[in-house]
Amino acid sequence: MVGSIAAIGMGLAVIGAAIGIGWIGAKAMESIARQPEAVGDIRSNMILMAAFIEGAALIALILSFLVAGV
Amino acid sequence: MRHLVLSLVFSCFALVAFAQHDHSGHDHSDHAGHNHADHAGHDHAAHADGGHDDHHGHGGHGEKACGHYTHHEFNAGDNAIHHISDANVYSIGPFNIPLPVILYVPNEGGFKMFSSTQFDHASGHHGTGVRAHERFVIDGGQVKHVTDSSFPNENVAISGIVHIKKDGKEEAFVCYNEKLYPTEVKSTADAGIFGGGITGYYDFSLTKNVVSMFIVCLILFLLFTSAAKAYKTREGKAPTGLQNLLEVMVTFIRDEVAVPFLGHNASKFLPFLLTLFFFILGLNLWGQVPFFGGSNVTGNIGVTAVLAIITFFAVNFNGNKHYWEHLFAAPGTPWFVKIILVPVEIMGMFIKPITLMLRLFANITAGHMVILIFVSFVFIFGNSGESVPGAAGGAVAATLLSLFMMSIELIVAFVQAFVFTILTASYLGQATEEAHH
Repeated sequence: MVGSIAAIGMGLAVIGAAIGIGWIGAKAMESIARQPEAVGDIRSNMILMAAFIEGAALIALILSFLVAGV
Repeated sequence: MRHLVLSLVFSCFALVAFAQHDHSGHDHSDHAGHNHADHAGHDHAAHADGGHDDHHGHGGHGEKACGHYTHHEFNAGDNAIHHISDANVYSIGPFNIPLPVILYVPNEGGFKMFSSTQFDHASGHHGTGVRAHERFVIDGGQVKHVTDSSFPNENVAISGIVHIKKDGKEEAFVCYNEKLYPTEVKSTADAGIFGGGITGYYDFSLTKNVVSMFIVCLILFLLFTSAAKAYKTREGKAPTGLQNLLEVMVTFIRDEVAVPFLGHNASKFLPFLLTLFFFILGLNLWGQVPFFGGSNVTGNIGVTAVLAIITFFAVNFNGNKHYWEHLFAAPGTPWFVKIILVPVEIMGMFIKPITLMLRLFANITAGHMVILIFVSFVFIFGNSGESVPGAAGGAVAATLLSLFMMSIELIVAFVQAFVFTILTASYLGQATEEAHH
């Protein structure tokens, strides 16, 4: 039971991270279309921001593992 | 196109061969005694005292504790976990190279060193040994210690290892002479957060992961010394071959990572950043090589934890006055904001390396697991060896899907090495930035 709740929580966290990373990707594509000469800067900043969001999702993942007692 | 088709066909063959090997492994070990019995409310002492007659296998598989068990179902998840975890053998294709087991047992006279062949687990036993050596056994690739001192302190054949669940925690019992002996796992430095702690022995074995790390270090050393030599001997000329390859990556890290984040400090931290990048990249790529150990070094949380701890110390030892000022007394913030801000900043100081650790670990482990689950399709569709057409279909699906996954993992190997480096650079940049207010 606790395991299932932890799994649901992890799923919710992943939805949040997915929306965040998707938005970053969309905005980065838009910016590259507007300013193709800044593609290098935009790309590395995009990866950096995605990594930060991923960090939040990873904390949720580990917390759910701990709660589920794996 | 023809090459692609040919390589596809060959990897299909290779997968089927691998599957055969793997399945024979199941036949040998899992039936002999490596059994997952689900016993929730049983008393451990009774088992240890030989009260094994009341010990029924889950779903009526077994008759008694050390008895014979019928076939147990193939579990893709367990199989994947087994293949990504560390081992005491280095497998190259069908060959297994035994590695030394080095243990420190304070109660039994210090260090013990012997070959992992003493456990007789290398071929076909799926990481579970059929022999005990000086009260040590190997269970699912992990060395475990028999705590009972009545257990013979020499090399003896055991009849199996039984897993018994109690309070949601699975414990392994060694079956020897129709008796069950409790075991303990190695000491871990997780302070009990993940259920570990200090036990009776410490495991310093030269495992598959350690050997892979040595190999990657050696490869990196040879690559970089030969490239560095080329810069001396070919001074003034255009770079060739290896030089070209490495120069692209080194200048990329310098111009895209070090200089934008660190400014005039870039040259000071560039060696550290390059070391991190190439070490992680090398290990990521080494883990991608199929049939060559299939090591999962950067997918091991211990390895990534050490990398993150190095970053943590690098950041905090190089932090200047402004870094600490912003941490404990952010200028221009009222006191009531500081009450909230300072604890958050201090937490952030530790959360940064923790996320570094988890990100690399989770990404690489997830990639390896997905590939292994795809490979498991051969057994899932083949109904564990009973249906040959199913296995063939599974092999085709597994080949295509794991090839697709491996090409994604190739990108992930580069991206994760880059992300680790760029985040380290940005943390270092925050810590060493001069004030501009």
